[in-house]
Amino acid sequence: MDTHTIRYLHRGEYREVGNLPATRTVLQHLREDLHCTGTKEGCAEGDCGACTVVVGEADGTGGVTLRAVNSCIQFLPTLDGRALFTVEDLRRADGSLHPVQQAMVDCHGSQCGFCTPGFVMSMWALYQDQDPAAGAPTRQEIDEALAGNLCRCTGYRPIIAAAQAMVDYVPQPGDRLDRKALAKRLGALRRDDTFEYPFVDLAGASRRFFAPRSLDEFARLRAAHPEARVLAGSTDLGLWVTKQFRELGDILYIGNVAELRDIEADGEVLTIGAAASLQEAFAAIATDYPEVAEIWQRFASVPIRNAGTLGGNVANGSPIGDSMPALIALGAQVVLREGTRSRTMPLDAFYLGYQKTALNPGEFIAAIGVPRPTQDLSFRTYKLSKRYDSDISAVCAAFAIHLSNGHISSARIAFGGMAATPKRAAAAEAALIGAQWSEQAARAAMDALAVDYQPLTDMRASDRYRAKTARNLLYRFWLETREEKPLDMANVNVFTPIFTSASSAEPGTEPGAATSA
Amino acid sequence: MNQQHEAFFTEPAVAGLVATPSIGASRPHESAQLHVAGEAAYTDDIIELQGTLHAALGLSKHAHAKILSIDLERVRRAPGVIAVLSAADIPGLNDCGPILHDDPVLADGLVQFLGQPVFAVIAETQDLARRAAQLAQHDDVIRYEPLEAVLTTREARAREQYVVPPMHLVRGEPDRRIAEAPYRLTGEFEVGGQEQFYLEGQIAYAVPKEGDSMHVWSSTQHPSEMQHVIAHVLDVPNHAVLVECRRMGGGFGGKESQSALFAAVAALAAHKLRRPVKLRADRDDDFMITGKRHDAWYRYEAGIDSQGRLLGARVEIALRAGFSADLSGAVATRALCHFDNAYYLSDVDILSLACKTNTQSNTAFRGFGGPQGALVMEVILDAIARKLGRDPLEVRQLNYYGTADRNVTPYGQTVEDNVIAPLTDELVATSEYRTRRAEIADYNRDSPVLKRGLALTPVKFGISFNVPHLNQAGALVHVYRDGSALVNHGGTEMGQGLNTKVAQVVAHTLGIDLLRVRVTATDTSKVANTSATAASTGSDLNGKAAEAAALTIRERLAAFAARTYGGEPRAVEFRDGMVHANGHEIAFRTLIEGAYLARVQLWSDGFYATPKVHWNAKTLTGSPFYYFAYGAALSEVIVDTLTGEWKLLRADVLYDAGRSINPAIDIGQVEGAFIQGMGWLTTEELWWNKDGRLMTHAPSTYKIPAISDCPDAFHVKLFDNENVEPSVFRSKAVGEPPLLLPFSVFLAIRDAVAATSSDPTCVPPLRAPATPEAILDAIDAVADGISAVEIQANALAAPAESEGAIMATLDTAGR
Repeated sequence: MDTHTIRYLHRGEYREVGNLPATRTVLQHLREDLHCTGTKEGCAEGDCGACTVVVGEADGTGGVTLRAVNSCIQFLPTLDGRALFTVEDLRRADGSLHPVQQAMVDCHGSQCGFCTPGFVMSMWALYQDQDPAAGAPTRQEIDEALAGNLCRCTGYRPIIAAAQAMVDYVPQPGDRLDRKALAKRLGALRRDDTFEYPFVDLAGASRRFFAPRSLDEFARLRAAHPEARVLAGSTDLGLWVTKQFRELGDILYIGNVAELRDIEADGEVLTIGAAASLQEAFAAIATDYPEVAEIWQRFASVPIRNAGTLGGNVANGSPIGDSMPALIALGAQVVLREGTRSRTMPLDAFYLGYQKTALNPGEFIAAIGVPRPTQDLSFRTYKLSKRYDSDISAVCAAFAIHLSNGHISSARIAFGGMAATPKRAAAAEAALIGAQWSEQAARAAMDALAVDYQPLTDMRASDRYRAKTARNLLYRFWLETREEKPLDMANVNVFTPIFTSASSAEPGTEPGAATSA
Repeated sequence: MNQQHEAFFTEPAVAGLVATPSIGASRPHESAQLHVAGEAAYTDDIIELQGTLHAALGLSKHAHAKILSIDLERVRRAPGVIAVLSAADIPGLNDCGPILHDDPVLADGLVQFLGQPVFAVIAETQDLARRAAQLAQHDDVIRYEPLEAVLTTREARAREQYVVPPMHLVRGEPDRRIAEAPYRLTGEFEVGGQEQFYLEGQIAYAVPKEGDSMHVWSSTQHPSEMQHVIAHVLDVPNHAVLVECRRMGGGFGGKESQSALFAAVAALAAHKLRRPVKLRADRDDDFMITGKRHDAWYRYEAGIDSQGRLLGARVEIALRAGFSADLSGAVATRALCHFDNAYYLSDVDILSLACKTNTQSNTAFRGFGGPQGALVMEVILDAIARKLGRDPLEVRQLNYYGTADRNVTPYGQTVEDNVIAPLTDELVATSEYRTRRAEIADYNRDSPVLKRGLALTPVKFGISFNVPHLNQAGALVHVYRDGSALVNHGGTEMGQGLNTKVAQVVAHTLGIDLLRVRVTATDTSKVANTSATAASTGSDLNGKAAEAAALTIRERLAAFAARTYGGEPRAVEFRDGMVHANGHEIAFRTLIEGAYLARVQLWSDGFYATPKVHWNAKTLTGSPFYYFAYGAALSEVIVDTLTGEWKLLRADVLYDAGRSINPAIDIGQVEGAFIQGMGWLTTEELWWNKDGRLMTHAPSTYKIPAISDCPDAFHVKLFDNENVEPSVFRSKAVGEPPLLLPFSVFLAIRDAVAATSSDPTCVPPLRAPATPEAILDAIDAVADGISAVEIQANALAAPAESEGAIMATLDTAGR
């Protein structure tokens, strides 16, 4: 294992950086070290999008994947081997504006202009992934791509118009990124061995940042450095640094371990590597379970879902994480690994208490296994928050029942926002199992939720609201899945027009077909 | 999605003025190319001078407490710290209040809200400064003796604890009129505050200059006030302080007075250390320190006839001022002046209170009390209509100001430019109000879970600072020898397009292409004693001042052209970059070169003071507004009765921008204000815990509208009108009034909630912001038969025509 400097590609040049703390953010680096001030800080927590940049990564097949991310919470060493695109990259060689920029000018898409570079970068990522033959992106595609970019001036209408108009400009060479050429250039930065970056943290301690490439090496390092902090998308750890000023100690980065990003399905289980991004993971889950479309689209924003991982969300175990209720209801398992040993446990057994999991020191989540769909399963997952886009749940619910001759043969119900962990509703499940799927059974289960949960009041919602809507979401589930005259989504969910068209995934379509990852 | 996109390009220019018109044309924002390229420089983007240090603020952890001691040594020992400053280090006045001196820069012996700055850390980097400033949260760094804290408006109201004396306006005999009216309606209402959430946070960069002088780049709407505050904090003359602002990344009122603390601390540190110091607040600190829109709590009473006409009205508007006066007096005045909104109130009693609480000192926010004043009126009219079983729009129209009579406001100003009736008629027609109301009723009958709602609300908004002396502005126009023009004026650019409009005015006046005109950073050394860019007056005031400066130059050029080419000066025309004089056609820059050689002054100042406005702050009467801007909006929503979730499906907006100087920019202002106002009334909720700690202090917890909140059908049009007053090119202000248009969204939600009831006269007690929880609470209340208002019939009142029908409805209501 060698020690290294951080090497990445920016503005057409290789850059090499050392002597900076591993927790230095990409945004701090851009603005303070490189004096590239086009990228702005709006919140330093990944929630406003003013700092959006695009990271390019060789995909191993001669191409490059592009991901819009929030540079304010990305740590600099995670750029190693990758290409960084910022708003400064976009002007054409002759100085004229890129189509996304020109469209923003022509549609009056900027007012104060502070959020604009972030919007431009999210739109640039959308532009690059947009099939030129497909015409303009739909309103739903635009909303999804830009849900993580806040604008306080325009009310968004002209920005939406610009995103629709951007494909109308005749592209010039370079407007569409030459991914093959970029992949070749990135090849020069490729490491076959673990990237180890030594640094002195802000408290003066000598620390190391490890980024292994293989699962075995990751497992070895994890066992050898059980105190090291496992870093995935830094969508939570980033805030420990920018908001809480915590030192992270040694850092073990999971994002370069290709095996941990794999998503595979056999006849029984969809296995999602712990380092697969939330975007990739949800695309795969939605292939089996299109009912996750709403929760997928409402889960933070594209830049957060591009950076954040399913394994990270699960390991974090936040009571308000949005993937867990659905995973628990579907009977997902976690695959844990320690050194060369693996074990598997049901996800609902993984959470022991508030921010306490079953992970042993030196152990890590390697994968999440989601059972493939079975017949006669009725499944829904719902999220409630003050805002549709990029908000944290007040309540998140998932319901999965099997019906056999009109009777409930199995029931799994899980909630977020209702307890100290994502938690199953044992009493409500018990009230359902064996019963006929009727309004009476639904109401009995609704009543039982009072046994299962004693929610708290906070700034997102009161205990009363949480308790009441938990009941009502179960009622919504009944309305949607009852055998007689079930109501379709359009009759029970005000956001139906948004998310049904956002996810084109239907049962049986190709995995990953729903969105770009 | 939006039809008006095309209108940007088809909006007819003011006919016959110029071939490539500057006035009336939808030109892009002057900085648009820079914005999209990341090349527009904000304060934090200014290239830092060598030796620049960074400041961060140590904040109070109590809402109200005596400071017993501060151990600054411990903070000084933190890594990278150069200095720690407290109140004792201030050479001049420890105050940054815009009007009263009750707003310390750094707390001195007493903290009055949780988050109040107590000390400033100056360190090598921003990160190190912030880390050291966190030590303020340690018990052994600042020792406190906690005092009782008053955290809510109601509590302060009960204690009669105000930051400025109560304002009480009575016209006519409201008591008698209410008592004698056929029906008397009473109720309460509340609306939350709102964080400005400018995307660029508060920031100042101070660079010490020779002697005691100081150059401060401040993200501020009010450079002159920053100059004055810094001067008195440093105890130097105003002339020693230069404040500059090229642009802000949003202001919305939040950088009118609230930028002062940051400018003052940066300047204080630079003054003490003789090094450049930058203070950029982290978003959480910004939320914790700065004031927001005043939340309000209302009690009201109205006497009405059977048609819903207001015979007498009484309202108490209790605003949460926070711990200091800041601009709350003026905000309370504007709330008082906008209770009428678009309606004639013959007999009225308005009490406006600025309640003192141990929370952030609330301040200007787009609308400046106007929205708080008018919202409750719309809520009352909606309640009246529901109680009488009438269409709310008809009740509104019945109460509209008249043109020849019923046209004097409660504060005594005659409304001379009323267009609300034709404007409403046009919107009703284009938005198909009546058809859609019927369709919604049909939908709701068949939809058990989801309900739709519809509401149309008007706005009439007074334009001018309601403090008359602030209605003045200055500008400088320089024409250089190549014929290009540089403009400087007292207004600030925060995204609203002010500089674009002012450049259009100058380009038009000189008859040159817009690209030949550049507007530069606002700078207190160029135009002195400027007013804040606020109260929607930026273009009205600075546009007029710049026009005056350009006209002076044009007159000199015309005189020179007449001397050179013959003919009358007044016959000389300037258009398309050419000057037409006595049959000659001369390129503008050729004439300029000749004028320079002939020693004609090619630069000029310009000044403007708004005519007619006057105000008696004692009697609360006068003519505080030069004119009124009007608008109306129709919104349609869908509400989930199981969860309280909702969505805006369609909004139709018609706004009176007078003769628009730049329709694209004006429409952008209308759209932006609409969505921002909708955020105030729906998703944006400020939530303090029992200790007085603001728990919604970042975008993760405080939710401004995001892209999906923009409705699929969003139709914004400008009303064909021209200002009756000779404003700049007969345009009207556009910054604030459209913020009141999404009242229609709030009331559409209430309409949808009402649809859950079998009682057609039900008035859902929906509070604002209408979060899903508030909506579900209202749905529950409706189910429990709880109404937002009480209505009583007056047995002694003369029976009205449809008395029987009304009594029948009242009986149905069971009250």
